[in-house]
Amino acid sequence: MSGGLYSTEKRDFDLTLDLKKIKPYGDTMNDGKTQLSFTLPVPAGEEAIEAAKQLMKKMGFENPLVVYHKELTEGYTFFNCYGSCTHTVDYTSIHVPKVEGTKWDMKETDDFIRENIGRPLIVVGASTGTDAHTVGIDAIMNMKGFAGHYGLERYDMIDAHNLGSQVPNEEFIAKAIELKADALLVSQTVTQKDVHIKNMIELVEMLEAEGLRDKVILACGGPRISHELAKELGYDAGFGMNTYADDVASFIAQEFVRRKNK
Amino acid sequence: MQNSKLGLDFQKVAHAKNVARNIADDVQKFVDQYTTVAVERTLCRLLGIDGIDANTVPLPNVLVDEIKDKGVLNQGILFFIGNAILETGMNPQEIAEKVAENQLDLTTLPIHQPEEIKRALQPYVEASIQRISERRNKKQHYLNTIGEGPKPYLYVIVATGNIYEDVVQAQAAARQGADIIAVIRTTGQSLLDYVPYGATTEGFGGTFATQENFRIMRKALDEVSEEVGRYIRLCNYCSGLCMPEIAAMGALEGLDVMLNDALYGILFRDINMQRTLVDQFMSRVINGFAGVIINTGEDNYLTTADAVEQAHTVLASDLINEQLALLAGLKEEQMGLGHAFEMDPALENGFLLELAQAQMIREIFPKATLKYMPPTKFMTGNIFRGHIQDALFNMIGIWTSQGIQLLGMPTEAIHTPFMSDRYLSIENAKYIFGNMKNIGDEVEFKKDGIIQKRAQEVLDNAISLLESIEREGLFTALEKGIFADVKRPKNGGKGLEGVAAKGQHYYNPFIELMLTNH
Repeated sequence: MSGGLYSTEKRDFDLTLDLKKIKPYGDTMNDGKTQLSFTLPVPAGEEAIEAAKQLMKKMGFENPLVVYHKELTEGYTFFNCYGSCTHTVDYTSIHVPKVEGTKWDMKETDDFIRENIGRPLIVVGASTGTDAHTVGIDAIMNMKGFAGHYGLERYDMIDAHNLGSQVPNEEFIAKAIELKADALLVSQTVTQKDVHIKNMIELVEMLEAEGLRDKVILACGGPRISHELAKELGYDAGFGMNTYADDVASFIAQEFVRRKNK
Repeated sequence: MQNSKLGLDFQKVAHAKNVARNIADDVQKFVDQYTTVAVERTLCRLLGIDGIDANTVPLPNVLVDEIKDKGVLNQGILFFIGNAILETGMNPQEIAEKVAENQLDLTTLPIHQPEEIKRALQPYVEASIQRISERRNKKQHYLNTIGEGPKPYLYVIVATGNIYEDVVQAQAAARQGADIIAVIRTTGQSLLDYVPYGATTEGFGGTFATQENFRIMRKALDEVSEEVGRYIRLCNYCSGLCMPEIAAMGALEGLDVMLNDALYGILFRDINMQRTLVDQFMSRVINGFAGVIINTGEDNYLTTADAVEQAHTVLASDLINEQLALLAGLKEEQMGLGHAFEMDPALENGFLLELAQAQMIREIFPKATLKYMPPTKFMTGNIFRGHIQDALFNMIGIWTSQGIQLLGMPTEAIHTPFMSDRYLSIENAKYIFGNMKNIGDEVEFKKDGIIQKRAQEVLDNAISLLESIEREGLFTALEKGIFADVKRPKNGGKGLEGVAAKGQHYYNPFIELMLTNH
């Protein structure tokens, strides 16, 4: 790299923000600056660097710059790169489906349930199928919660049952019936080869076969789960990264009352 | 008297070890009276029985299911096999094949004298012991000739699902500096009550542990060990419902490190506690004999329970795991007792508390090859901060002379590692291990400062916990949810139907042979 500390590139682009045509921001509006890293299955060398640059051009980057490269093992080279993105997106036309309702804290949700439902809501959660990870369901349900957000077990007006991990869908449904669940929470952490999708669809189909689908609020969560995906699979809501027990509890309470008033 | 940087009272440590010993002895009294389907299948494998039947059921399962269905699991499979050798003149493998083809019923043959049965089994038992000893010697020869990397050993995982792709990743990692390659198992394997057969190329979040996969990977690592001039260890998972079977397969194929915890399956896989405690003993006897370093799973407690409040449960469990391992003939050097760097990064002075705990574990288990786990619970997807969290973890690893450093990946919580993630992590660890090499020799801790006080507090709390477990017994303590905030009933969980009290004909010579022939 011999560019020096200061950028001397000519700025021949429009410096005003246009929400209909946004692109990445480095240190100047519309510079398009993006950092990325990847590995190519070729040995290190001038040809490898050229290959990385050509690939970046195909991805839509101008002025591709390979700032670091290293052969990880024979025939595989790792690159750190920068480039200016040429593509733009119309921010004003974006619509993302979101979980409906207002996010409350624990006390607000408890008060809402007390006043509008008058009994604790029964919530049953598990990491289902072959998934052995409890970290997600624990973060939402355990008393202590996660990152300062108390879990559902701490709510006065939620009767929370955490079944743990590797719970088969049959067992999950049996337990939901036994406990008279108002809401079911499914956590999925392992997503390799879309194993979570198959498992989540199976649960919906089994609930429908049992005639239970409309009787419970069904939500799912996990690092690779979005609300949009959840809706597509037939769930009422999906909770992805950076959502906590507050999000889940407020949704369940509000959705329960919405259904009751229908 | 050992010197403590933390002002630890070693009389307290000795007391803690005594209490843990009493807890372990109490468990062992139970273990000695029982066998399980997994233990019996293990004995089949040790006799050289391998392969599958027409329905792809492994032959050890065919045999053991047969005696279980006939209600004679309690007599043990060796009694029936030994008897069948005398009656048919066939070897154990041929007997298993005949049973699989429904051409032989082990339970209706005329019964021979116990001494005759033992003699009939002896050549097969000796051949098995011999084969495992040879594997162990081969490893020792490598260590004597090409040597190994310095501690902490750099431990990385491969998890492609395809054993042949795993080989590419593993060899690459070894060339980059890794000392231990762990092949993560496919999700759900711990709950299979059999071990799949042959080389496998499909898995979820990992690769099936099979004997053939072990062989393929060990061979690949032998090749790369010779190439890089450093013995590369192979790690797999002796846990779940097939704990001792996997130990046997590992011993036969020359595995070096095994995850092998006495309590993990109970707490995190809801496997019945009677089943796991019987299984762990047999598996550890085999691991001890095969020269395998076991890794215990206490670090996992802190992924569910709080790392500050529950630190003493990790120490208490390490102490119990140590005593159970000693009873199974494992040397202290073979104990990769587990602990973890899992505090919330927002916690003020969290680094000091982590340092105190890591140093405390080091001083309490001075000879153990301690296994230190990186941050996982507070890895967020911000790979840049994650790389720094792993750097702090690496500093403590070198500072407190840990044995096995499980390298954290910046992309933890996002995906199983890319080849480049592993490179970045190894580079991070090597930089810090080199740059701070002797910091532990140079820096002492302030008397009665934050670090010393923290270590002393955790030890005191662990002792009170151990004393209460000693009063109630481990089974009751687990029922009450003493570890990881998880409660497990003594008669609940998976696998209880595979446990039986040993009957009058029960015979298993391997335990004594392995315990005395180290």
